[in-house]
Amino acid sequence: MSDKHVKRVDLIFEKIKCRDVLKKIIDMEPEAICQEVLDSDLKGRGGAGFPTGLKWRFTSKEKDPIKYVVCNADEGEPGTFKDREILDQVPGKVFCGMAIAGRAVGAKMGYVYLRGEYKFLIPKLNEELIKFHRTMDEFNQNFRIQICLGSGAYICGEESALFESIEGKRGEPRNKPPYPTTSGLFGKPTVINNVETLVHTVMIMKYGAAHFKELGTKDSRGSKVFSVSGDTPKAGIFELELGMSVDEFVQEFGDGDTKAVQVGGASGFCVPRKKFDETIIGFEGVPTGGSMKLFNSTRSMYNVLHNYLDFFTEESCGQCTPCRVGCQQLLKGVEAVKRGDKNSKYLDELVKLAKTMKRASKCGLGQSVGNAFGSIVENFKEEIIY
Amino acid sequence: METIIENELVKELANKHGRTRESLIPILQDLVVNNRFLSKQDMVDVARELDLSAADVYGTATFYTFLDTEPRGKYIIRICKTISCAMKGKNEILSTIEEILKLNLGETTPDRKFSLLETNCIGWCHKAPAMLINDTPYTELTPEKVTEILREYIKK
Repeated sequence: MSDKHVKRVDLIFEKIKCRDVLKKIIDMEPEAICQEVLDSDLKGRGGAGFPTGLKWRFTSKEKDPIKYVVCNADEGEPGTFKDREILDQVPGKVFCGMAIAGRAVGAKMGYVYLRGEYKFLIPKLNEELIKFHRTMDEFNQNFRIQICLGSGAYICGEESALFESIEGKRGEPRNKPPYPTTSGLFGKPTVINNVETLVHTVMIMKYGAAHFKELGTKDSRGSKVFSVSGDTPKAGIFELELGMSVDEFVQEFGDGDTKAVQVGGASGFCVPRKKFDETIIGFEGVPTGGSMKLFNSTRSMYNVLHNYLDFFTEESCGQCTPCRVGCQQLLKGVEAVKRGDKNSKYLDELVKLAKTMKRASKCGLGQSVGNAFGSIVENFKEEIIY
Repeated sequence: METIIENELVKELANKHGRTRESLIPILQDLVVNNRFLSKQDMVDVARELDLSAADVYGTATFYTFLDTEPRGKYIIRICKTISCAMKGKNEILSTIEEILKLNLGETTPDRKFSLLETNCIGWCHKAPAMLINDTPYTELTPEKVTEILREYIKK
């Protein structure tokens, strides 16, 4: 057993005076704000992990007089619920982060895209938004925020699909490039950040990049809010320092019988017990938007895989063939193997299909179906076949 | 000549949200809140009001799970079926509801009071199993708890 332990952090939910941070950043040059965020090495907390400071700098360099800041609150990855908690507990910090991004890139308008499943948060958010706009007025800032509501489509968490949805269309991802920093919402340069990422930028502006970098590892700086669920006596939301191994995580959150941890939700990776020790949770190992699901030995990994494939089959937008047909075929395929209609070699064919989906799909959804599929089939083959 | 019957609600919502393309989804969302679903006529009327093709409105509406194009009940129950909830007894909750309301998954009660649907992850995995009734989440469900919740809704 390792003697290292999981370190709890309290930055995201720390109650702070946002107006002090706002006052500070209004007096700063936009370039200095971008530089501070760049210096922190903050990477996006939604799952993809793109350096936030770079996103901001690219957008700030664009000459267009109209730019947007978008907060991605379409938290739909199975097993992720941290953004809901952040929006519920510290909504002012989220708006503050958007204002910082707005100041950094020269945007006057921000949008929060909130998933329809979180509609119950709207009254609270509106109340907080009134306070935020009042503070902006007080500081003679004309940055404004509007809240848009989703309607139950997982794919709208993909940034370009999210733009399409705000624009009133089907949430179908766009081709990239161009990237949002040059052509995002309404075709304008756009910074789009996850809820948690924006709150991190607030804390970076408050305490400085050096403070942020004291935590974590070279590749995964800082802390991260984890959503812990499944077979665990400690389900819930925990802000932890990045850089721990799955083993350390399981020692803290497992029920003593953990056989696998799904890191990063349905689009993430399944880590089996024999790889707990060698697998780091972070960008150097298995990245996660926060979803951590523990499975103990009573669980059938076939059922887990089937559940995920069923999820993707429903949530694929259907626009591109590799994803639309691929999801369906993977689902039908594992069912056929389970029934005995296809032999175990057929699983290799399905793994090939998942790899094709990774290369040929238009967006992150189709590209990441193979993560869970490949890692579950590879590590729990016998549970799929028998 | 075809007589156009004014759809007052659609007009009112277009006045509220605007008549540009980005007003479409908020209008459709409000129509669902009001009528519990989008009728074909409503979608045609929205198209006319926003100067879009009806196919475009229909295509947009049917993309989104929560923009129902089939008649639903006053209270739409959506039970989460994703892995954490599935692991923690979702099926038991489902059969309890089916028994109490005497309807099957996907159906609406004849009095149009309840619809029973499944949905994908609603973000309450740590308090599974969970469901939404319209916009309100209910978590850590047990057959007893869900019976109690439904009793309150039946009284309403």
